[in-house]
This record gives sequence, C-alpha cells and structure tokens, in this order.
Amino acid sequence: MTDNHQDILQSIGSGDKYGFSYPDDSIFTSRKGLDEEVVRQISAYKEEPEWMLEFRLNAFRHFSKRPIPTWGADLSGLNLEEIIYYARPRQIDQKSWEDVPENIKNTFDRLGLPEAEQKYLAGVGAQYDSEMVYHNIQESLEKQGVIFLSIENGLKQHPDLFREHFASVVPFSDNTFAALNSAVWSGGSFVYVPKGVHVDLPLQAYFRLNMANIGQFERSLIIADEGAQVHYVEGCTAPLYRTESFHSGVIEIVVKKGARVRYTTIQNWSTNVYNLVTQRAVVEEDGTMEWVDANLGSKVTMKYPACFLKGPGAHGEVLSVAFAGPGQHQDAGAKMIHFAPNTSSKITSKSISRGNGRSSYRGLVRVASAAENSRSNVVCDALLLDHESRSDTYPTMDIKAKDVQIGHEATVSKIGEEQLFYLNSRGLSDEEATTMVVSGFIEPLVKELPMEYAVEMNKLIQIQMTGSVG
Amino acid sequence: MTELEIRNLHVLVNDKEIIRDFNLTIRQGEIHALMGPNGTGKSTLAYTIMGHPRYQITSGDVLIDGESILGLTPDERAHKGIFLAFQYPVSIPGVSLANFLRVALNARNKAVNPDDKGISVVKFRQLLKSKMDLLKMDYQFASRYLNEGFSGGEKKRAEILQMAVLEPRFAILDETDSGLDIDALRIVSEGVNTLAQGHIGVLVITHYQRMLNYITPDFVHIMYGGRIVESGKAELALRLEEQGYEWIREKYGVLPDGIHD
Repeated sequence: MTDNHQDILQSIGSGDKYGFSYPDDSIFTSRKGLDEEVVRQISAYKEEPEWMLEFRLNAFRHFSKRPIPTWGADLSGLNLEEIIYYARPRQIDQKSWEDVPENIKNTFDRLGLPEAEQKYLAGVGAQYDSEMVYHNIQESLEKQGVIFLSIENGLKQHPDLFREHFASVVPFSDNTFAALNSAVWSGGSFVYVPKGVHVDLPLQAYFRLNMANIGQFERSLIIADEGAQVHYVEGCTAPLYRTESFHSGVIEIVVKKGARVRYTTIQNWSTNVYNLVTQRAVVEEDGTMEWVDANLGSKVTMKYPACFLKGPGAHGEVLSVAFAGPGQHQDAGAKMIHFAPNTSSKITSKSISRGNGRSSYRGLVRVASAAENSRSNVVCDALLLDHESRSDTYPTMDIKAKDVQIGHEATVSKIGEEQLFYLNSRGLSDEEATTMVVSGFIEPLVKELPMEYAVEMNKLIQIQMTGSVG
Repeated sequence: MTELEIRNLHVLVNDKEIIRDFNLTIRQGEIHALMGPNGTGKSTLAYTIMGHPRYQITSGDVLIDGESILGLTPDERAHKGIFLAFQYPVSIPGVSLANFLRVALNARNKAVNPDDKGISVVKFRQLLKSKMDLLKMDYQFASRYLNEGFSGGEKKRAEILQMAVLEPRFAILDETDSGLDIDALRIVSEGVNTLAQGHIGVLVITHYQRMLNYITPDFVHIMYGGRIVESGKAELALRLEEQGYEWIREKYGVLPDGIHD
C-alpha cells in the first residue's frame, strides 16, 4: 500500500476535508407492491436500453409464477406486497439521527467510528462523501485499464461488455429471488479487470462508507479477464440500519482462464432484515474463485455462494462464518459444481449460535461425469454457546465422475465447562472467556480479512457476545 | 505477609467425600510439597481452591489473610492472586498463547485497578520475552494456539510461563513434573525457584521426589484419605522416595470408600 493510499485512508473519517457533491436529481419512488408498471417505471427512470427493459419484464413474469421457496429458512414473515421496490437510495435515507435505534448507535460507538461516519452509515444527517478519495483511486485504476463503476454507469458506459456478461452467471430463472432481483435491481458495482492486470489493493475497501447506499436489490457484475487478479471487499462491520426489511442481491462473477478473484463480504444487517442473496461465479480453466463470507445480524439469511468450475483445473473456495443470535436464522452454505476434469473445491463453513439462534449449513457438491480426477473437501464446524441454540447441516453430494476425492467433515461443539474453567482460572470472566473461544473459532476466517476489517470483526464479536452469558 | 489458609475443609465430588478435614497454611514465599499416592484427593484440593463448580464444599473454609474466598468465582480468585498450573491444560484453538496471556494480564490488572488502561503491545512483548528467556523457550512458541497440539512437556512449560507472566501470590502446581523430560524438569524447576523467591507461596503437588531435587520445599506434606497425615521438611520426601507409600498405608489403614482418582 503506498503512502498516498495510507493518507487517503486516514483522512476517511477525519471530518469535512472533502466536501461532498450531492447530485440534484429528481426523486422517484415507486408505490408499494410490484407489477409490470412498476418495473417499466424503474427502467424508464434509469434510462435503460430496450433490452434491459425486456430482461426485467421477462424476469418479472417468471417471478410472478414462482413460489416463495419453503425448503430453507422460514420466510412466512416476508410480505412482498408491502415492499417499495424502488426508491432513490438517498431518499430512503431521509431520516433523522433520533430515529436510529440506541443499540445501533451504541455499536457505532463501540466500534469507535467517528460521528460523521456513524451518521452516514445510519443514512441520516449530513452526507459524508468520499468523492475525492474515490477520484484518486479511480485514476490509478484507470491507468491499468480497470473499470470500476456503479452498475448503472457500467451499463451506460460499456454497453457491449456489460451485455455480454450480464445474467450470464445468474440467469433470472435461477431462483425466485434472483428473478425478483432481475426485475427490480438497482445499485451495485460493475468491475472489469483486463488481461494480466493484478489489482493490488482490495477494491471497495476504501468505499465502505458508500455501503449505506446499497439498495435492497443490488446487483454486481465482476469480470476478471485472463490472468487478472482482484480482491473485492463488500460490506462493513457496522450494523446496516434499514427501516426496510428485505435485501435480495445478486452477485455475478466471471473468472476467465488463469484469473483469480476473491470476493469478501462482511454484513451485519439489523435484525429485522430478510437477507436473501444469490452469489455465483463461473470459473474457467485454471482460474480460482474464493468467496469469503461473514454473516452477522439479519432476521433470516439465505446465502449459498457458488462456483461453477467450468474449465479444467479450475478451483473454487468458500470460507464462511455465520453468527446466529436471538431470533435469528442463518441458513448459509455453498455450492460447488465441477464440470471439468482436474477441478478442485474447498468449503469451510463455521457457525456460531447463541440465545436460541439457529444456524444451518446447506451445501451442495456436484461432480459431473466429465469432471474426472476432481477433488472436493467440505468442513463444517458449528459452535453452540448454550442449550437453546441450534445447528443443522444439510450436505448434498452428487458425484457422477470416476477417480474423484471427496471429503466431508462436520463437527458440533459446545464451549465446555473445562474450557471455561481454565480461562476463568486465568482471570477471565465467563463473558470474556466465551468471547475468546468464539474469536479463536473464527480466526481462520478473520486472518483472511484485510487488516482494518479483521480488527473491526473482532470488536464486533465482542459486542455480539456482550450480555450473552448470564 | 500474606497467607493462604485452608481450614477444616471437607469436599464432595459426585456425592462422595474426597477431602475430609484438610488443614494447611501457606505463606507468600514458602514452597510446600504435597505428596501422596493416587486418589488421595490432591487434584481435588487444587480444583477446589481455584473454585471449580463441580466440587461441593460441605464445611470448612479457604481464606486469604483471614478473608474467605469461597464466595468468589474462579476469575475473582485469580484476581486475588491464586494460580493453578493444570495437570491437563485444555486447548483453545485459534487463540495464540501471547494474545491469551495479554488478555488475562489486562483482566487481572483491571480487576486490581479499575483505572488500568491495559499494557501496551510493545511492553507486553518485552515482558513475555523476558519470561520466556527465564524458561528457555523459543519466542515463536508464543504465537502458537494455546495448548493446541502442544506436547505434554510443552503444555507444562506453557503453564509455568503463564504463572511467570501473571505473577500470582499463590500458585498450585498440579503434577507439573509429569510429562517433562529431565532437562525440561530442571529448567522449569529453576524457573519456579526464581519466580517464587519471596514472592509466591507455592504448593507443589507431585507423586515423586524428582521435582524436589530442583525445587527445595520448605515443607513436605503427605496427603492420604483426603487429609494431611504427615508433615515435615525435605527429608520426608526422600523417605518416600526410598520407602514408597507402603508405610503410610500400614500406619493409616486402607483408603475409605469413595476415594479414588
């Protein structure tokens, strides 16, 4: 990391050094509920080409016919009629600081975020803008030919590249919520890394403040051309406070021959949110895709990052941790589909449940008959912090090829009396001791995170654990 | 001078009386050896003093300077300066020995002084290195996960390192000598000697005389049937080494029911 970038990083949160520019757009909000008219309005408001409107309408028609899935977490509390499917993000954010719940404010304080950043994250008050930072980084990326834009601008500025890849990884027919997202998507990123270019710094790490603007139906498209490398980080450990209660994103990633992409998500939704996300990557010959995924918060999360290992020698990994607290269900997992010979995959799933929280691992490893000599290894570890909490695993293996190596291990552990006593005897309270065991449990994930996220992740675990031992 | 007093202690484990009328006073700076055959309640005593929830005290008391500690939780007892070197330390995957010790040191310091701001990382490293030097430990050891994959000897050495960093007033070493080879035994024993001098009241629990070749106890006690039956100076340990425990059995009879490991 260069000094210049360090300076920029440090200046984030340092106050009003960079003035913000607030585009004076007219404000558009759709009415509650969804029909073709609303879809047309969204597309028209975004001034989209005809093909995109057609895509949205087709997706909407498909969505209308598909039932809400019942095979996973309980979604009966989700009322799709009551949702506003499109609102300009900043208009949603017209709330006052006083409306932000105390527990969220306390978490901000404990994370040590400056007040301006707190307000920005909560989506209230003076906008806190990082245009200037964005601009500097944008310049250095542009020199390398890297495209990093909002998804809307990606469509406008690079229509051919966009159209070639959009929905190529996640077609709208993939699942109910992918169909819904396809109909009403708004916000997200468009990234293209040209052949052979290695982006040294994690993308988005600098723009975490912008997270407050991600929409309910964000959609991102990342393309790493042959031999390219990029690490994209999405999210922030501060709770994302939303009054709306539904988030359904789609992330599509294309990993071309010999390319390497890591996509890191850290999300801490407020506990009223249904978080139903589709994340998929297509990995071509000798490419590598790594999903690093931390799910905290939300009421229900359903999320199964997937790798379609299409080219020989392709490799996919998912490293995920889910923390289910009171009233929460984290239904998370991974899918690895091996289509080509000599492909390999690795799934490491860790879950922590406490206070009647429930976490499930739901995973699929499929090895097609052509995928000879492939390997897959799945490790699921669940940690239960009390007797009320619950953990389940639903692994599916579908192996059609010969000469494959498949491993699956699952463990469920409780924090033992002897572990607690040992740590107590060194002067740690029950809460400190439990927090320490939990931190150790997720260490394999935390050490993969960029430094500033790792620090925050540890603080966040401490906060999650506060009051957990009674 | 601070003292730890165990007075007329009776302890039940799974409804069986394991400790019966145990009495012992340890002053800061004194080294006491507690010896005895298997199953006489030595480890039960250690756990009971530390406050393990599974051990039920039916009568008697444990006091520091006349103040009972029986109402305190194990962490509060640690804050009072009691340390137990475990016979079987448990592992905490993902937590480095160094990180764990820094958290533990800060927790103790904060309990003693609520305004304590915690030791800086730099100062802690210096402290840790000096203690590791004392025990002739490789610095790299501190970055390993706590007791995870440690050999028997490494675990014991790590226990003494924790004692060295936390600087308790009273330390109970529960069979710290088991699992140590002769070189490690010498190094660990010398470490204990250096640390204890005038500062720590030590209770060395052991079956064998061999650790006492390096740690010269001020007092040797023989525990049998849940209480101390013989007390003396270092020579008592030598007598055990020569004659075994047979004469104790003859003198004090067979163990009552319920006393076993």
